Amino acid sequence: MNWYEIWAELWPTLIAIGIILAVVPVVGLYATFVERKLAAAVQDRLGPNRVGPFGLFQAIADGIKIFLKEQIIPSHVHTFIYMLAPCISLMTAMFALAVLPYGPTPVNYFGGLRFIVMPGLDISLLIMFAISSLSAYGIILGGWASNNKYSLYGAIRSCAQFISYEIPMGLSVIGVILVAGSMNIETIVASQGSGDGISGWNLWWQPLALIIFFTSALAETNRLPFDLPECEQELVGGFHTEYGGIKFVLFFLAEYTHVVTVSFLTTLLFFGGWHFPGVPSEVTASYGILALQMLVLLVKVCGVVCFIMLLRWALPRFRFDQLMGLAWKGLIPLAMLNLVFLAVFESLGWHRWPLAVLSVLLFVAAGYWSAWQSQSFVRKASVT
Amino acid sequence: MSTAETPVAQVEKKQKKKTVQWGDDPKIGFVEALYLPAIAGGIATALKHAFFKKRSTAQYPEQKPEMPPNYRGVHRLNRDEEGRVKCVACYMCQTACPANCIEIIAAPAPQDDPKWANRDKFPATFTIDELRCIYCGMCEEACPVDAIELTSIYDLTGMSRQEMIFDKEKLLSVFDETSKAGLDPVRTNRGALGPASEKSMQSTDSPPPPGRGKHG
Ligand code: SF4
Ligand code: SF4
Repeated sequence: MNWYEIWAELWPTLIAIGIILAVVPVVGLYATFVERKLAAAVQDRLGPNRVGPFGLFQAIADGIKIFLKEQIIPSHVHTFIYMLAPCISLMTAMFALAVLPYGPTPVNYFGGLRFIVMPGLDISLLIMFAISSLSAYGIILGGWASNNKYSLYGAIRSCAQFISYEIPMGLSVIGVILVAGSMNIETIVASQGSGDGISGWNLWWQPLALIIFFTSALAETNRLPFDLPECEQELVGGFHTEYGGIKFVLFFLAEYTHVVTVSFLTTLLFFGGWHFPGVPSEVTASYGILALQMLVLLVKVCGVVCFIMLLRWALPRFRFDQLMGLAWKGLIPLAMLNLVFLAVFESLGWHRWPLAVLSVLLFVAAGYWSAWQSQSFVRKASVT
Repeated sequence: MSTAETPVAQVEKKQKKKTVQWGDDPKIGFVEALYLPAIAGGIATALKHAFFKKRSTAQYPEQKPEMPPNYRGVHRLNRDEEGRVKCVACYMCQTACPANCIEIIAAPAPQDDPKWANRDKFPATFTIDELRCIYCGMCEEACPVDAIELTSIYDLTGMSRQEMIFDKEKLLSVFDETSKAGLDPVRTNRGALGPASEKSMQSTDSPPPPGRGKHG
């Protein structure tokens, strides 16, 4: 391999990495802005509207302010780990983006400009999950190094939450892998592009898997209704109680990066990625079509991000035993049953449409079962 | 030893049985167990507020709030009809103040000046530390001649602590400003002389001044 060939391989990768590194902080800053605006709208307020038109520069002002803040390191922390934790947090969050196509990417990548750092990886979904579970390290190290009981509680909660919700998340995604017959995200997206661009989405035969995946992914991002690791009323700030200034922002950025990652994954796995009726499903070299497909993808992702932010202001927080119960007693059995049904359908080569009905039936049955259980439990308790 | 319980113990046991109550978790019905209807309801509420409710934000510096006339803000020292400071330097407010922020130095009223002929004392200096004040209104309650009042001015700012210590002139100028702007507070006498500073105590045949309320 001569230098020219290496360079031909290298430059698209470097550009893709550069785009991610440049865009993620801006996206993080503006995600806070959007979140503030959305929170204000839900609470009948106006939100930030002073800096620039519609308050658009508020995010930049916040960024400048937070970078210029005094760096305080409390005297009782393990300084090295304390400094390391936010870096690990953000690093793993950004690393997970490496296998995510943020624009249309063909299955058989041929070289040249592209919208993914690591194209054509056969196990990209697996890598995605492996890396995203690493992000628990940042939180746990942060909580431990803070040398503060509340922080440690937050970290432990986060750890338990991560371990519990990894399982339903993985199980729900196996269905998608079965349908596409591949763990490659590009292949999974391509498999959803059949027909008119909307009837092939995994959403239609896997609605239950979508709900389970989205719920567990929300729990993994530590966002409300599942933000037990940092709930203010119980733990001050949870694992980031002792963090301030730029170190806190790194944690924060990691959280928003997670939100973006989760939104991308939801879109790519269940909402057909860059497929949409009227948009050509083939990834070609034409720039116009590429731009259109990218627009479709980004609009879908923005929709999911906004939905996640809206959920924050619509739902109350879970109690910790409810959180664990939801994962172990609700999502995991449901995901397993769903997977069994899907596997049967796939191996017998039946049509997939009845799966949607089955999903709904399964969900309703689970609801009925849990209601019945709770009633009979109350009955028993009142007898004794 | 006998195992029979004493009557007292029996009663205690009975009471315990009655007073201790177990709170059950609320029963979860079928619809609640599905979670999704409740989530959809929450989202619907959020969206309703986001799109259909009026924004209640006041754009503060441009859009000033209208303070209720009984708001307790910056103090003022009232003047009587002759433009003299109404305060008779009785130290009532200084004594009543829980924050110890009023400081008065009394002086005998200038005897040779006919304007002050009916007064014994007047405050030579009268300072209020507006930063220390907790705006409780005790001073105006205590004042026998309604000389000190809390106005509805709320946006008190300054660049230094020294600036926030108001002296007699400053407090009198607050009176001039607020009475000119029609911002007289409603709690006290709105500038009418209190009974203790009347020349004669025959104010009973005139109707009570406005704003005195039931307790006037
Ligand atoms: S309002 Fe209260 S604290 Fe302020 S000067 Fe009057 S008595 Fe003192
Ligand atoms: S109570 Fe009234 S009259 Fe007496 S010193 Fe205070 S302000 Fe003056």
